[in-house]
Amino acid sequence: MRYIRPLSMEDAVGQLAGSSGTSAILAGGSDLLVRMKGGFIEPDLIVDIKAIDGLSEIRETGDGFSIGAAVPCAVLGESAALKKAWPGVVEAAKLIGSKQVQGRCTITGNLCNASPAADSVPALVAAGARAVVVGPAGRRTIPVQSVPTGPGKTSLAKGEIIEAILLDKRAPRSGDAYLRFIPRTEMDIAVVSAGVNLTLDEHGVVKSARVALGAVAATVLLVEEAAQVLIGSRLDEATLERLAKVCAGACRPIDDKRGTIEFRRKVAGVLAKRAATTAYARAGGK
Amino acid sequence: MAGVAVSTTINGDTVEFLCQADETLLDVLRDRLGLTGAKEGCGTGDCGACSVILDDRLVCSCLVLGAETEGRRVETIEGMAHGDRLHPLQQKFLEHAALQCGICTPGFLIAAKDLLAKNPDPTEEEIRFGLAGNLCRCTGYDKIVRAVQDAAIVMKGA
Repeated sequence: MRYIRPLSMEDAVGQLAGSSGTSAILAGGSDLLVRMKGGFIEPDLIVDIKAIDGLSEIRETGDGFSIGAAVPCAVLGESAALKKAWPGVVEAAKLIGSKQVQGRCTITGNLCNASPAADSVPALVAAGARAVVVGPAGRRTIPVQSVPTGPGKTSLAKGEIIEAILLDKRAPRSGDAYLRFIPRTEMDIAVVSAGVNLTLDEHGVVKSARVALGAVAATVLLVEEAAQVLIGSRLDEATLERLAKVCAGACRPIDDKRGTIEFRRKVAGVLAKRAATTAYARAGGK
Repeated sequence: MAGVAVSTTINGDTVEFLCQADETLLDVLRDRLGLTGAKEGCGTGDCGACSVILDDRLVCSCLVLGAETEGRRVETIEGMAHGDRLHPLQQKFLEHAALQCGICTPGFLIAAKDLLAKNPDPTEEEIRFGLAGNLCRCTGYDKIVRAVQDAAIVMKGA
């Protein structure tokens, strides 16, 4: 096993692409080290990306935010500008693990770990976040939902590294929210989760919407039909009921000890309603 | 397998060590440097018994590679007291009997130190939330929370 800490993306990509055997990218390590400890992975090469210039920063640009792949979730919570613009993304990131884990874990890692129950991913999908992927063939920007392809699997090719997650600049009268159900009060993995992102017109009518559900399918679901239910509404009771019904119907959950299919479907609808209500209020809707 | 040569700062002292690429900071502290205050409870970041402060961030040392600490600053429980003079948190843990078996205590003390450094006047809820990454199977947590509250008062007065 070899540990390297490259100083540039080019070097990191080159080392990963040129490696034979198993390689792993290390940012926060809160998934990787657990998998190594459990014997699920024994990498021949560990590429620590934390010393790469710019990867540990949140940059606010004219287009929005660029969150470096090595930025711990705790730092997201400390960014007043990010919290103001994307409170739902930040509250989702802050739900991952304990204070100790928060100091290490990253949203990019959460995305690449490709757990169907990842907390930050539904919020990022609802936010329309994009991932900047750097690889041997160059740089490309893709929607975050195209990164995980199934439990533990991603669309990233050998040698590819996500450099940053991009969030758009906020349109006026916009709000997002993320909620999850867990059987405990803290420190657990989502049984069901929902992220909602809304923009309203000047009359408080929903102009655009994105609804994402977590832990109810092999990957996070972006539910277009749910967005259509919300668009044109002021989130009256009938709209919320339709939203719940559409979300429950969109779920393709598994039955396991943490929740039955029936339970997950019902809760998905309830969480979508509540997240939509919060997002609406954050957007200034009444 | 060649080791990784690491130079880091632990409790204010420059420390150099060789470790394997997959060796955790917790194993380095305990097995190579003789700093056995940090405990291994779960080894998977769930229990907080191995908590240390890395560049002003509370982390589980079982989830950090020793090699990652190159050029960084590590604070462990061994750096908390000044000689025979206990840190107010240590003193208050004793006075409030906030420990029984003691395995979780170094992690709780480090986590509480980090909490009070960032929030010198926490509410009970903030203390309970801030220490939720540390598990204790003996005390039921109440005595730990009281000790931290009391230490916060002492530290504000200092």
